[in-house]
Amino acid sequence: MKNFKIGAAVCVSLMIGACGNQGNSDANSSKGALNSNIAEKVYIAPGERDEQYAFLSGGYSGNLTVYGLPSGRMFKEIPVFSQFPTSGYGYSEETKPMLNTSFGFIPWDDLHHPDISQTNGELDGRWIFVNGNNTPRIARISLSTFETEEIIEIPNSAGNHSSSFITENTEYVVAGTRFSVPVPQRDMPINEYKSNFKGALTFIDVEPEHGHMDIKFQLLMPGFNYDLSRPGRDKSHGWFFFSTYNTEEASSLLEVNASQNDKDFIAAVNWQKIEEFVNNGGGTMMPAQYAHNVYDESTHTATSDMMEDVLTVDPSEVPGAIYLLPTPKSPHGCDVDPTGQYIIGSGKLSADITVHSFDKMLAAIDGEQFDGEAYGIPILKFEEVMAGVVKSGGLGPLHTEFDGKGNAYTTFFISSEVVKWELGSWEVVDRQPTYYSVGHLMIPGGNSRKPHGKYLVAMNKITKDRYLPTGPEMEHSAQVYDISGEKMQLLYDFPTHGEPHYAAGCDADLLVNNSKKIYRLDENKHPYAISNPSDARVERDGNEVHIYMSTIRSHFTPDNIEGIKVGDKVYFHITNHEQDFDVPHGFSIIGQGTSEILVMPGQTKTSLWEPKRVGVWPFYCTDFCSALHQEMQGYVRVSPADSNLELSWSLGE
Amino acid sequence: MKKLLFAAMIISVTTWSACGNSAQEEARLERKAEMAKKIEEESKIPASERITLDSKGVGPIKNLPLDEVIDEEMVQRGMELFKTNCSACHKVDKRFIGPSPKGIMTRRSPEWIMNMILDPQLMVEQDRCAKDLLVEFNGAAMANQNLTEEQARDILEYFRTLE
Repeated sequence: MKNFKIGAAVCVSLMIGACGNQGNSDANSSKGALNSNIAEKVYIAPGERDEQYAFLSGGYSGNLTVYGLPSGRMFKEIPVFSQFPTSGYGYSEETKPMLNTSFGFIPWDDLHHPDISQTNGELDGRWIFVNGNNTPRIARISLSTFETEEIIEIPNSAGNHSSSFITENTEYVVAGTRFSVPVPQRDMPINEYKSNFKGALTFIDVEPEHGHMDIKFQLLMPGFNYDLSRPGRDKSHGWFFFSTYNTEEASSLLEVNASQNDKDFIAAVNWQKIEEFVNNGGGTMMPAQYAHNVYDESTHTATSDMMEDVLTVDPSEVPGAIYLLPTPKSPHGCDVDPTGQYIIGSGKLSADITVHSFDKMLAAIDGEQFDGEAYGIPILKFEEVMAGVVKSGGLGPLHTEFDGKGNAYTTFFISSEVVKWELGSWEVVDRQPTYYSVGHLMIPGGNSRKPHGKYLVAMNKITKDRYLPTGPEMEHSAQVYDISGEKMQLLYDFPTHGEPHYAAGCDADLLVNNSKKIYRLDENKHPYAISNPSDARVERDGNEVHIYMSTIRSHFTPDNIEGIKVGDKVYFHITNHEQDFDVPHGFSIIGQGTSEILVMPGQTKTSLWEPKRVGVWPFYCTDFCSALHQEMQGYVRVSPADSNLELSWSLGE
Repeated sequence: MKKLLFAAMIISVTTWSACGNSAQEEARLERKAEMAKKIEEESKIPASERITLDSKGVGPIKNLPLDEVIDEEMVQRGMELFKTNCSACHKVDKRFIGPSPKGIMTRRSPEWIMNMILDPQLMVEQDRCAKDLLVEFNGAAMANQNLTEEQARDILEYFRTLE
């Protein structure tokens, strides 16, 4: 009887299968194991694409990484402040100027806080701004090419941490100093810090069409540490808020000495008022050296200019433009909700979150509800500006973002969790653990008027046991939560690269159609570009040799070069004649003292080679380009320094 | 017991055959065999020398009648475009990475040429002559240079002057 049942079952299934009735298997799969619906939420089937982009800072990698949400798949690492052998950024002749500073060529920085450009308080997807923390710089990255287009150094700053946050029409990108320093820099005893050091808050004008940056003014504030900042938005547009710590102005053992005051401040800066002041000729020009580096997409080349002065503003010159809001316990995050009404201070040594009200702040200013002053800047009465306190039950609140539905989400470093709470009632709604010691979180659009509140990414400082161990150093973990429901749901863990201090994200639709596929060859204005292979040539100018070379699948033109001598400086100017998406060619030559270069379709890049030995030396394409990629190679003959061999070059002869 | 199982299998086999059609299937196999024979004969001639003027290839260009008079302005533009986008692999005076365009109008239809320029990957996947050319030229796949139809048309006009 048993056999009969099996036989019949086989026949029935054959019958169904034979005539192509697909049946309905969906009904079964959705009722699987308890967690299967979580797996479905992050599963992006092969060939399908993610809903959102996430741009995670790389911290000490100096670069920015691009991920998909909800999958957590990494798409790209964009070199910004660090040399990047993968593409030749910072090694190629064209990109070396990007890393120029007033301290000379600096091959690295510590990249912290990405922020996507906005129009009317909503993400517009044109550019993403990031800050270099160590040698203070702000970079602008194109969200069409996903390349760094501009870097401006910030003078009078040190530990460029409360950066790089933009105002709601991208009028300014703002860079605040974490470490106060003598301004201008000078030789003086460290223990005379108090009242002598200054904290510069820098407002960089962003030209609306091309995004070019230019320092409009620097506000020279008291010598506190300026930790994080946020623009006012909507009703509070025109103001900028900076969290501070070390209002004690300690210069040593800050771990203890900067934690003495029960309250530090959030500094509220009415930048429109200061803008008006400087537009009317206010402020003082101060000598200052800083580099301004711009990459031109049509010449594929960066230039670096050294700037010589900066406009500074002393707060006392613009009365009524700056106020201090007392905020408990060394606040880190200083976050403004999508309506612009609430300014949230996360006292990182506290259990509670302090919320200030913008309306109350304006009323307190009007009513002169002051509680003294600091270096001439009025301190507003705490009770008069505070809207509420979130009794979280957690420990060590750091940073808050919003879902646009009236909720806020705050990370707690010490208690390793994300706490969801309601704006207005200050009631905790939900809490979920993170793994482990979470720093910042990111909700795509969470720093705008219009958050895209479906996912939340928590970026952790400690990984420990989350992945297979890889020696003492683990890549930092991040977690993705679904925040579309009442309760947060942990969906996925993924490793990041470097140390993500913060991230920015947006819907994929905002960027997908603007993402560049190729550089057009007929728009290539590089001075050493060749638009057709018959222009390929080699020219000598003293001991400098310029090779005008082109590539296409799968050969270099020319591929045999003779007449190079030991001691020459040989510049390979390579134009990639491909005009097809995703077909770069690479170039490297034995003994090359830099890195390979990766040349995008239609682009020209230059690699410098200084041959040190006589011989015949091969070069080859480093990017697997076609079935004949292994054949994409060539030779350079290097003769002794006193050789009389004429330059010659050829292909296929 | 065994009988029951047997009966069930018969039912299922009957059901299966009802879904097919043996007469159609035979005709299809016959056509396939004829095609294979034709291909085998043609394959004896190298793809670069084959005359395939009746084939329009595969791609966006379905029908392209040419004016009797050659447009000199188009020829000039086409020549420049050819230099920049094509000459790395195609030389007029010799066989290079790919075939010379000289005399191509006597071997290929205007539509085929345009489709090859505009979507070489699709052509190599679906057009037999394009596929054979790839093999004949050592597997060096033709690059898609992302030209517009207008640009490809200019190049075609230039090819008309290369007798």
